[in-house]
This record gives sequence, structure tokens and C-alpha cells, in this order.
Amino acid sequence: MSVASQDNAASVGRVGRTFVYLTLLLFALFYLLPFFIMLVNSLKPLGEITGGNMIALPQDWTIAPWLSAWSTAQIGVEPTGLKPYFWNSIRMVVPAVVICTMIGALNGYVLTKWRFRGDTIVFGLMLFSCFIPFQIVLIPMARILGILEISGTTAGLVLVHVVYGIGFATLYYRNYYAAFPTELVRAAQIDGAGFFQIFYRILLPSSGPITVVCVIWLFTNIWNDFLFGASFASGDAAPMTVALNNLVNSSTGVREYNVHFAGAILAALPTLLVYIVAGRFFVRGLMAGSVKG
Amino acid sequence: MGFLDINNVTKSYGAVEVLHKVDINVEEGEFLVLVGPSGCGKSTLLNMIAGLEGITSGEISIKDRVMNGVHPSKRNIAMVFQSYALYPNMSVGKNITFGLEMHGTPKEEREKALKDVASLLQIDHLLDRKPGQLSGGQRQRVAMGRALVRDPDVFLFDEPLSNLDAKLRVDMRTEIKKLHQNLKTTVVYVTHDQIEAMTLSTRIAVMYDGYVQQLGTPKEIYDTPENVFVATFMGSPAMNVMPATVEMIEGAPHAKISDSEGNHVTLAFAQDNLADWAGKEILLGIRPEAITDPEAADRDSNRIEKLANRVGVTEPSGADTFVTMTLGGKDIIARMRADTTVAAGEMFDFAVNMEKAVAFDPKTEARIKP
Amino acid sequence: MARAASVDMRTRMQELLPKIVLAPSFALVLLFVYGFIAFTIYLSFTDSRMLPSYGWEGWTNYSKLFRIREWDTAITNLAIFASLYIVICTIIGLMLAIFLDQKIRGEGLLRPIFLYPMALSFIVTGTAWKWFLDPGIGIENTMHLWGWESFEFGWIKDRNMAIYTIVIAAVWQSSGFVMAMFLAGLRGIDNEILKAAQMDGASNWQLYRRIIIPLLRPAFLSAFVILSHLAIKSYDLVIALTGGGPGNATAVPATFMYSYTFTRNQMGIGAASAVIMLMTIAAIMVPYLYAELREKK
Repeated sequence: MSVASQDNAASVGRVGRTFVYLTLLLFALFYLLPFFIMLVNSLKPLGEITGGNMIALPQDWTIAPWLSAWSTAQIGVEPTGLKPYFWNSIRMVVPAVVICTMIGALNGYVLTKWRFRGDTIVFGLMLFSCFIPFQIVLIPMARILGILEISGTTAGLVLVHVVYGIGFATLYYRNYYAAFPTELVRAAQIDGAGFFQIFYRILLPSSGPITVVCVIWLFTNIWNDFLFGASFASGDAAPMTVALNNLVNSSTGVREYNVHFAGAILAALPTLLVYIVAGRFFVRGLMAGSVKG
Repeated sequence: MGFLDINNVTKSYGAVEVLHKVDINVEEGEFLVLVGPSGCGKSTLLNMIAGLEGITSGEISIKDRVMNGVHPSKRNIAMVFQSYALYPNMSVGKNITFGLEMHGTPKEEREKALKDVASLLQIDHLLDRKPGQLSGGQRQRVAMGRALVRDPDVFLFDEPLSNLDAKLRVDMRTEIKKLHQNLKTTVVYVTHDQIEAMTLSTRIAVMYDGYVQQLGTPKEIYDTPENVFVATFMGSPAMNVMPATVEMIEGAPHAKISDSEGNHVTLAFAQDNLADWAGKEILLGIRPEAITDPEAADRDSNRIEKLANRVGVTEPSGADTFVTMTLGGKDIIARMRADTTVAAGEMFDFAVNMEKAVAFDPKTEARIKP
Repeated sequence: MARAASVDMRTRMQELLPKIVLAPSFALVLLFVYGFIAFTIYLSFTDSRMLPSYGWEGWTNYSKLFRIREWDTAITNLAIFASLYIVICTIIGLMLAIFLDQKIRGEGLLRPIFLYPMALSFIVTGTAWKWFLDPGIGIENTMHLWGWESFEFGWIKDRNMAIYTIVIAAVWQSSGFVMAMFLAGLRGIDNEILKAAQMDGASNWQLYRRIIIPLLRPAFLSAFVILSHLAIKSYDLVIALTGGGPGNATAVPATFMYSYTFTRNQMGIGAASAVIMLMTIAAIMVPYLYAELREKK
């Protein structure tokens, strides 16, 4: 959001400004503290957590909880750590994001530059599909995945995420291409470019910003999904979120809080990384998708 | 059969007809301007010639080949768009040759054509830049280059100058005219600017409300407008149109009008054909330049009438001074010399060139023809 | 006039291609969204238990559903959760946006801090908050260690208060996002309007109350729609934070549907609860989307 700040936005007096700064800092603390505490406690031995202060820095720094969370912690029945599930998530997220983005871009192109009778209805139906509570599709989806024999596999999850990601991807590209001058498409038509040539040569080279937005959006959403993962891929094919939940809620043995935190941070790492690298676009994308829905 | 034939073409969106039976034949080498206010259908017609919009009924043919249903790229036309529509991701050179590439022209030929066009338009030094790095005038040239390089049968221009500032617009206008004179191409040009229409065209089609109101040379359109719309749309300031009554004085038709004081004045017509209208209401149209100070009256005219009237507002514009007054209950503009001495509020003897006056039927608003 | 014959191949191909390209996604959406919705609605009228079964039962599942106490709890919880979540997120979001808009130094640093929770999974958020709110080791324990012996914060173990802990964690996660929406709205307001209002002698307070906040109406609407839709769908957070407990004190429709369908083998009732969730969301989203689509025409 690199919007120029308003040079004459109402400004307040000295006391007011102090109050404003204090409030902002307080909230910054509120947002940061949980993550800070998770991080600090993931670096402590278990004894220091149960007996000590959660805000204090570790007296005895250790990365053992991280190693345990990654490769040896008990998830379900196997002491595999989160590692295999992390890769499950990657194997699920990457194809789903790539396929969804490609389909979304083409759909957006058709819906804005090749309008036809009833295109608004088609788009409206796709748009509404973004907002349905997924509980409504769980039962039939389980049946279909069973029939296709991809129940409980990563491939099945990819299919699910593609189907329910198309709506958002289409929405992003449609809003973006709507502002793309139609005269360019007409000029290219007169120049003799066909449907796909116009897309590849004229629109796609200008689609960098929205592609970043769409990829980030899909990536965070699909990575963070729990409902579909829990419903269709428990066991060996479970994604990271499901594995983390199993780790944290496993009722056997001592609760290894430090390992839980390390695992939680591991699960959050890819999306946080994406957010830190391209956060500006992320926010802009959320705006485009929500405010202008 | 002309070079570009538009035969009885209509366009409807659903039940709404937006273009009604347009019939225009354009000869090779002609510069046809479609002019009219926004929403008159001129751009729709242009898009139909380009093949960007379908034809509801009627026929468009170029070089005797019917174009209905033919893809835009196969009509051998080129178009310059209002926004120039330069591909933002391609260099200027690529922009110009993209159409040739799409039509499968070999690379050497493309390079040669690019060179020719670039030197013709003096944009050689810009070929490696992106459109975003160009000024408005340069973009305009590139857009024309993209059209020229194709060597099409017909050039289509869609308000190409409307995004330029006033001075550049005049320069580019001259340049387009020069190009047309040198290349003798066939052009269809859409604009809402009547000065562009007058200066550029060999023929003008004035459009309004989906109808071609009048088709003719600039002089025909200006001097003998078919109706009140054409009369007031073409020319700046617009033609003065006021109610008048035809009165026969000594066997000759006069226009009886009320002046600024509410008194009746009469102006003798130059034509005799208005005798039929004796005693009836008409609309009298007089262009501002036909109302002057007596010293500036057209010496070749054989019907200069004197009109004493009170001066309302004077607006010196440099080259001329425009004088506003009340006549026939309307605000009337006269175009006077720059150094005229009239002052607001005084009575003045204006000279009216009645040879240039036109009369319209107040019911149909059509010109009463001699 | 029938001119189809003279339309060339290329033009006809160009007219068909867009539809061919769009068709697969449209078919997918029709089947996987609308077909599935229809199927679930159908199931909600059948005697399905562990597996779909096609014995027609009419409204039985619905009347059963509304006699189940857990569903009652779920609906009440959703009402409490959704209204608090929406109101608190909106207040915090609006306040932070207005404060950030005061030409604040370090805005570039604060904004991502407010926003980053959005990037986290609800499972991660739940894991973190579950622990802070745990009286044995979390905040309560820390306060005790700091010498505030009487401090008590056991909501998460309290049947009556546990739902509020979900509100806290959800607000932590989403309020920054609402802030971003309002900030975008504030930055989109025409500066000249503000200048004119200041010329008219409006004080800061009046400027916000009379001019700026009314101009943010679209942002309020979007925030409301997004938040209510998130609230109704919320499942992960409840699972991670309380697991629906203690007992089923924090059950919401989403957890109810899941447990009735997949663990209690009452698929018909589960389907009926899903249908009610869909209808609730549709009641909010459809008018909103309809208005947005119409506007753009």
C-alpha cells in the first residue's frame, strides 16, 4: 500500500499524539507478543517452561525442540516429526497454486475481454463459490474422491483446492483485466493476433502484479487449510496443519510445549516468509479481492 | 460502387436500434470524417467497418469485397485508437511490426518496412523505447506508424487527437493532412471536433442520434446545412438561429425579427424562394461572421442589410471581437474586427450579410431549399 | 439477416474459443459447488447415517436438529462469537487505521506488525493462545510468578466463559486485516473534501464523525461481510483452541456439522446443519455480491 499519505489529514495536538503513539505501540505489543513467546519458549528446555516465566528469555538455550518437532516427534502413531507432512503440504500447495493461477488468468481474460451473453451470471456463480461454507460440500466430496480412488491422497487434496480456488483466482484476474484497456485487445485483433496470442503477447506480460497477489493469496489459503486436510487426508498424506494439530493434541505422554511451539512456527514459516518477502502485494491483493469484490 | 461502401447498414443492441440505415460510399483516396456529439453512433460505425462490432443488417464492402463477418485482421484495414492502444510491454519497434509479424511477414521485410515508416514519421530514435517513456505526441506518431506499416486499403482513425493538448493537436492535425496528401490513402476519421472535421476532410458525414444528418463537402456542410442540428453543430461560435416571420415588402421576402428594444426590424432575404412562406414563422440562421461592423462587411455580397441594435457584451479574442446582443429573443453573436470600437450598452449599426443567411422550417427544422 | 454462411472460419473460431476456455472451470464449479450443494440439500432430507442413504424422510432431520441441545449451544455460541468478533474487530481496526493515518513515524514498520497474524494458520494461532490462556502455565501463572498472586484468568476451562477466549484469539488474528481495509478506505478519500470541511470550520472530531466515517461506508460493509463469513465458517480455530470443549461448551455449527457427520454417523442431521450454515451465509453474501456485480455493469 504505497498510497501517498494525506498531507492534511486531521492532525491532533501534542497530548493527542502521545496517546496515539502509545495506543499503536500497545497494539503492536499485543500482536507481537504471542509470536515472541512462542519463539522464546521453543528455545527452552521443557523444565524451564513448566516451572518458569513464559516471557523470560531462555537460561539454557537449546534447539533440541526444533529438531524434535522436525524429525522425531510423535505424530499420530509414528515418531516421524513434522518433516514428511511439511513436504506433503508443499506437494499439495505448489501444483494447486500453479493450476489455479493459470485457469484464473484465462477465465479473467475471457470474462473481461470476450464478453458474451450471460457472462455476468457465470462470474456471479463463480464468485459465490468463494464464500460458501465448505461444510456443505464435505459429504459429496468425500464420495467423489472415493469414486476417483484419490481419497486420502495428496492428489485428491490438490483437486479439492483447485476446484475451490478457481473462484478467487478468477475474481483477482477479472478485476485486474477489467482495468486493462480494451482498445489494446482491439488493436491486436486488427493486427491479426488470435485469442491465445493476445493473451500471451499482450495481457500476460502486464500481469506481474496480479499474479504475485493471486499466488500469495492461494498459497496462504491452501497452506493454512485445515478442514479439507482433516477430512480427506488424515494419516500419511496429511498436510502440515493437520499434523501440527495431531502433535499438539496427542493425549499420550508429557506435553512437550517447547516442541509444540517449534512445530507451530515451522507450520507458519512458509506463509510468514511469503508475507515478509511480498507483504505489500499481499495487502493490496486482499484489498482488491475484498473491497472491490 | 465506391472503394468503401456502406450500404443500408443498421446496428441494434437487442431491441434498441442505435444506427439507422447508414448509406455512404467512399471513393479511393477520400478523407471521410464522421463527426457528431458523443453517442451519435460514429464510433459504432467505425468499429463496424473495422470488424470489431457485428453488422445487424446491411452490408459493408471494401474494394467490392463484402466484409460482413470477416475477421478484422483480414479486411486489410488499420486503425489508430483514441488511447493509441500501444502495447505497453513491447518496444516502439515491436509495436509497429507486431501486425506484420502476426501476418507472417518475413523478418527482413518487417525491418525494412519499419525503417521506412520510422523515417517518414521521424521516430527513428524512439524505436527501442517503451510506450511509457514517450510523450503524447510521440505516442500518436507511433500509433500512426503502426497503421502505416501495414499499407492497408483503408485507415480508420478513432478520435486520435482528443488526448493531446491544444497546441499539439493543431500540429498533429496538419501532419495528418500532410500525410494524406502525400500518400493518397483512403481514410475514415471519427471526431467530435467540428474544426478537425472541417480542416481534414474531403467529405463530412454529420451524425446525430444514429442518423447521418448530412453528407457533403466541408463547404456544403458549412454554407448549406440540411437542418438546424448541422447548422448549429458545425462552426464555432455556432450559427445564430432565431425565430422570424417572413414578410413581403415591395414583392421581396423579408425576415421580421424583434430587436433588443422589442421593436420589429426587417432584413431582406437574398433569395426569392421564401415568397411561399409569406406571413409564416421560420427559423432564421445567420453565422456570426455574417454580422459585422459595416466597414468589415463582405464587399462581394450583393445583399448587406443594416441592423441597428444594442450591444450586450463584447468579448475580444485577439483576432476578432465577439459581440453578443439580443435579437428575436435569443442571444446572438456577431464576429467583429479585433479593433472595433463598439462598447457594451450602446446602440450600433451592424451589417448583416443576408447572402449567407439560411431559413429553416420551424416544424421539421429542415432547411427551406431554394 | 442470416449471414452465418459468410462469417469466416477464423471469426467463428474466435467466438467459440473463449467459451471453450471457460467451459471446464464453469463445469467444475457447477458440479463441485452447485451440484454438491444440491446433493447435500438432498441428503438433509434422507435417512443417511454413516453413509449416504436415499430413504426420503422429509423435514425430520431439521426438526431433530433443532431439538438437539448441542445445536442450540452451537447456534448461541455462533451468535455470541460472531457479534463480538465483528464488533471488536471493527472498532479496533477502525481505531488503528485512524491512528495510523495521523502521519505516524514508523507506519511502514507498524503496518506489517498489525497484519502478520493474517498470514498464520488458525491452527497456529490456536496452539499459541491455548497455552497463554491455560491457567497452569500461561498468563495466570506468569502473573503469579511476578507476585500478583490473586490474578485469575481461567476462562478457557470455564464452560460459560470459554467461548470468549475464541473471540480473543480470533480478534488477534483478524483485526489487523480490518485495519488494512479501513486504511485503504481512508487513503481513498478525496483530499479536497477534507480541505473543504476544514475550511468550513469542522473540528477534528467533527471531521471524523461527520465526514470521514460516513465516507467509509463501503469499507464497513466489506468488513462486515468478510468477518461474518469468516465467523460462520470458523472451524480450525475452535478445534485448535478448545476442541469444542470443555464438554461441548464451545461447539459452533462448523464443529457440530463435522462431528455429527463423520464421528457420530448422523449424516442426515450433519447435512441439515450444513444447509443452515449455507443459508445463513447466502443471506449475507448474495445481496452484497448482487449489488457489487450490478454496480460494475
